[in-house]
Amino acid sequence: METQATFKIWRTHPGGDGTFQTFKTTVTEGMVVLDVVHKIQAEQAPDLAVRWNCKAGKCGSCSAEINGNPRLMCMTRMNELDTWEQITVEPMRTFPPIKDLVTDVSWNFRVKKGIKKFKPRPADQPDGTWRVAQRDVDRVQEFRKCIECFLCQDVCHVLREHNKHDEFIGPRFLVYAANLEMNPIDSDDRIPDLKEQHGIGYCNITKCCTKVCPEHIHITDNAIIPLKERVVSRYYDPVTRILRMFK
Amino acid sequence: MEVVPVTIGSRGFASTSRRDWWWVTPLAIFIGLSSFVGYSTWAAFQNAHYAFGPYLSPFYAPEIWGDSPHAWFGPKPGFIPDWVPFSPALLILPFPALFRFTCYYYRGAYYKSFWLDPPACAVGEPRTGYRGEQSFPLVMQNIHRYFMWIAVIFLLLLSYDVWLALWFPAPGGGETFGIGVGTIVLAVNVVLLSCYTLGCHVMRHIVGGSYDEVSKHPVCDRAYACSTALNYKHQLFAWCSLFSVGFADIYIRLCSMGIWTDLRLL
Repeated sequence: METQATFKIWRTHPGGDGTFQTFKTTVTEGMVVLDVVHKIQAEQAPDLAVRWNCKAGKCGSCSAEINGNPRLMCMTRMNELDTWEQITVEPMRTFPPIKDLVTDVSWNFRVKKGIKKFKPRPADQPDGTWRVAQRDVDRVQEFRKCIECFLCQDVCHVLREHNKHDEFIGPRFLVYAANLEMNPIDSDDRIPDLKEQHGIGYCNITKCCTKVCPEHIHITDNAIIPLKERVVSRYYDPVTRILRMFK
Repeated sequence: MEVVPVTIGSRGFASTSRRDWWWVTPLAIFIGLSSFVGYSTWAAFQNAHYAFGPYLSPFYAPEIWGDSPHAWFGPKPGFIPDWVPFSPALLILPFPALFRFTCYYYRGAYYKSFWLDPPACAVGEPRTGYRGEQSFPLVMQNIHRYFMWIAVIFLLLLSYDVWLALWFPAPGGGETFGIGVGTIVLAVNVVLLSCYTLGCHVMRHIVGGSYDEVSKHPVCDRAYACSTALNYKHQLFAWCSLFSVGFADIYIRLCSMGIWTDLRLL
């Protein structure tokens, strides 16, 4: 069944600023927002810039803000949206715009380079392998589901509203750090960096990152808060510090 | 950390493209928490109608000094001057209150609802400056683990109060075993408080979360699994236990005032 829909899509101007442009189009059953954007691109605005790749919610390319909510365009079904109202599609507001719906997310890749890499402990076995319990692996396996769509970075108010890009690495890289720090084989220590350089204290646990994660990673509960607690044990808890001296 | 400054300016307070009723949840939390704080403060200063038969309001438990038969050391001691407002609850309530105030769930909730930092996800904030929990005063929230231990002690004391709530005055003197609606109200309260406290993020960290290989510590492994299971419903238990504490006080208060009748089930 075809229905009419009105889309307001963010278009950038050559000067760098932008405005919404309105498009009327028809949508059919089973379409997602990315399909509609592609339809508009094919029929009405061939110069409309949109980044996409897999169309299956696994590449993390088509992140945008749909009706103000950070979401993947390819995973937002049209029947979830009210087509009686105009549907807005904007680029992620936390990152500098390049063109239309495409933003420059390269800051994230530079941040990633600043986190200590995986450093395995000496092998457990003569053949150079390790023995690890499955449930210890399961704990960090959740973090490896991340597709780096950067929706969590987009919605995090520390970056979005307060522009703490030079002091705070954001939820995506706290998950990355948790994946390494809680890895049963890893032997490096990232706690001092998390406190001093990565600004974990800036997170005030509003859980917006968890809410927008398309992979349903429990970012706040399973990654950020456990890291915060490790920082507390190391730097803020005098009893733990004394106990550590006797160990 | 190598970075390139990104300059996307704030669009102002409450600015958003969201169409949903994003303000409903923070408003509901504001009303819920304000109502509880208002009621509990009022109840704490009443210093009356906090005990009924074998029941003692959780706001006043443990009653260290006070006028009810539940008091550990009798009436108000002489070293507390008359001009100081006294109520047994004032000696107790600061501890569970600070446990909840520093709780990770409540922090996230009241930062949004009371401080609007942010009012809701992807909604503009009223202030441009931000220090988070990186520095004073909010870095003090890290004291949460100490209040968690105090909360565990309170759980034991409230559990003992449930035991006492099973023993009613006998007609011929002495005590007799029984169960009233109030006993069940107090017992459910302890269960909900336990689910909230034992599923706390700090508890989860202390019992096993600090280990990368918790499986090598069998007791911690089991405790971590239990705490994690409760932690997934931490928000639910935070609200249910808050409601049950308030309701337990209301129940005992209204029974004590003769407005409600406590039914004996056994």
